[in-house]
Amino acid sequence: MNTPLRLAAFAAAAAACATALAACGASASSTTPASTTTPASRTTSSAGSQAGAASATAAFPVTVKAGNGEVTLKSYPTRIVSLSATATEDLYAVGAGSQVVAVDQQSDYPAGVPKTSLSGLTPNIEAIAKYNPSLVIASQDSGGLVAGMTKLGIPVLIEPAVATIAAAYAQIEQVGQATGHAAKAVTVATGMQRQIAANVKQAGASHQGLTYYWELSANPFYSAASSTFIGQVVGLFGLKNIADKASKPSDGGYPQVSQEYIVTARPQIIFLADNQAADGGQSPAIVAKRPGWSGIPAVQHDEVIGLNDDIASRWGPRLPELVGEIAQAVEQASK
Amino acid sequence: MSRRTALCAAAAFLVVAVLVAAFVGAADLNPLATAAALIDKAAPFLHLPTSLDPLDKAVLFQIRLPRVVLGALVGALLALAGAGYQGVFRNPLVDSGMLGASAGAGLGATLAIVYLGGAGPQVVPVAAFVGSLAGVAVAYATGAAASRHTVLSDGVATLLLAGIAVGSFLTAVQTFVLQRSASDIQAVYSWLLGSLSAASWQQVTTILPYAAVSSAILLLHGRHLDVLAVGDEEARALGLRPGLTRAIVVAASALAAASAVAVSGLIGFVGIVIPHIARRLAGPAYTGVLPLSLLIGAGFLVLADTLARTVLSPAELPIGVVTAFVGAPAFVWVLRGTRHVGT
Repeated sequence: MNTPLRLAAFAAAAAACATALAACGASASSTTPASTTTPASRTTSSAGSQAGAASATAAFPVTVKAGNGEVTLKSYPTRIVSLSATATEDLYAVGAGSQVVAVDQQSDYPAGVPKTSLSGLTPNIEAIAKYNPSLVIASQDSGGLVAGMTKLGIPVLIEPAVATIAAAYAQIEQVGQATGHAAKAVTVATGMQRQIAANVKQAGASHQGLTYYWELSANPFYSAASSTFIGQVVGLFGLKNIADKASKPSDGGYPQVSQEYIVTARPQIIFLADNQAADGGQSPAIVAKRPGWSGIPAVQHDEVIGLNDDIASRWGPRLPELVGEIAQAVEQASK
Repeated sequence: MSRRTALCAAAAFLVVAVLVAAFVGAADLNPLATAAALIDKAAPFLHLPTSLDPLDKAVLFQIRLPRVVLGALVGALLALAGAGYQGVFRNPLVDSGMLGASAGAGLGATLAIVYLGGAGPQVVPVAAFVGSLAGVAVAYATGAAASRHTVLSDGVATLLLAGIAVGSFLTAVQTFVLQRSASDIQAVYSWLLGSLSAASWQQVTTILPYAAVSSAILLLHGRHLDVLAVGDEEARALGLRPGLTRAIVVAASALAAASAVAVSGLIGFVGIVIPHIARRLAGPAYTGVLPLSLLIGAGFLVLADTLARTVLSPAELPIGVVTAFVGAPAFVWVLRGTRHVGT
């Protein structure tokens, strides 16, 4: 997947179209003219096929399949507005930073991003339009964002929270394609992959004997089960997640866990992703002082890890840093 | 049911609720060992052996028991505050969150979370407590000022309407603050939903003085509320000062509700349902409704929280879901059998 060829991508696009046609026979006739009117555009899927290599502007028009369906960018986007902290990190990582004109109030990395009071949660269409963007990227379509921007003829990419690590790479590559940096995006993704693989290799991938508790908030206690993105990241090391027993299909992998259970499950590692929590940040020192928690192995053996909340809650290019922190904890705990 | 029987039944209900709550939980502690540990704690001179290891003991005494006790306190305070307000306003529809109490607490907690987030978890309860009391104070002052020029027949309605106006205003400010800080929405909503998940003895001892003072004042004003029930003019004829009584009961109810809200967030339905159940059991006299509300409210919230932490064990439900899910049908049942709902 890291040797992109025009032809291969075109073939993939054709195959994707064929599959789509076969899948929905009834609408086949209406789909065909649509796909033939844009012969120059290359359809790529969020699964991660990509094209590029040519100069950034020559790659356009380009069509990508984002969270809000197929989005076509007619030309190289020179003015990008990002309403998602992860997307902002993606944009700068793939080399589209100079095209970014405004980012939302949550975007704080890398340093020097053009932070504004724009909100991705309650987007104000007029306020966004004021920046005269040629592309808007957000993680969710709230407040009629896509409909509003479409009326103004401004393409929107919805890049939602991912469920798998592969999807995180694919998203970075898609951001690269949509902004004219496809090749750099592939390099970034493969670099991340290599770094994560090295971390896993060093710390070991089969720590089935080690249990962990991932804390998202402390009052009430919310955790992430193995089925979540974060659960899969920790799962790279083979660790056992104590939240799995509490998770039901209806909670989307984020159960509210009983404090009694956390303590009696005796986790060997505790990851805190709520160190800057809005209702009062946690820390290994605070956790050690929680009534009844002193008997937990993780507390006794100093295996309570205060993570960087931002890195732990995003799915962007800093994922290897998170994996590195986890790897360190795993190595320490398995000694 | 005579008042004495009702009080005994309510006390028994509370004891049973506490015992059930002490013996069940996600930790699945052995019941016999738990009983032994509890008896040993209550009567150490017996030197009763227990098979609970230190970690299990910590779960029982540091996590489960404070939660049960805090639940009982919060339930008692909310029900008592609700009964106090219902008496003072001669209106069966009011509850412990009236007069801007809930809205003020919500605004206080939101301000603390949004602007003082780095100051640590102990700031939020204080802000909620202050916000709740401030909300009631503003609503009361507004209502009292307005009632001097009111076209409404009595000052009670003016007070309630002022409470609604102040509450809406505070909620608007709270929503505005929250909308400007999207990252805090999850924390604020968790707080608004109410929870006893992180209960500790420290929280119990923190609210105990306020709980004791406000409960004592309210319980002592049962007779005053009964006199007030016949109307301001008649009460005055009987030698009562309606305005003063109202101010004292409102202040005590506000203090009770604010202490509960500070440690548990906004738990709905207890403050409105429980006084009605008390009335159904022993009649409309506040000398009975107040103590009964205290006991039943305590038992009800302990049971509701026990359900919240065991139904999906080892996961938990927000307690507000349980109080409404159990409380709403109970409320309907009570209404069906109540002839005189007013006062």
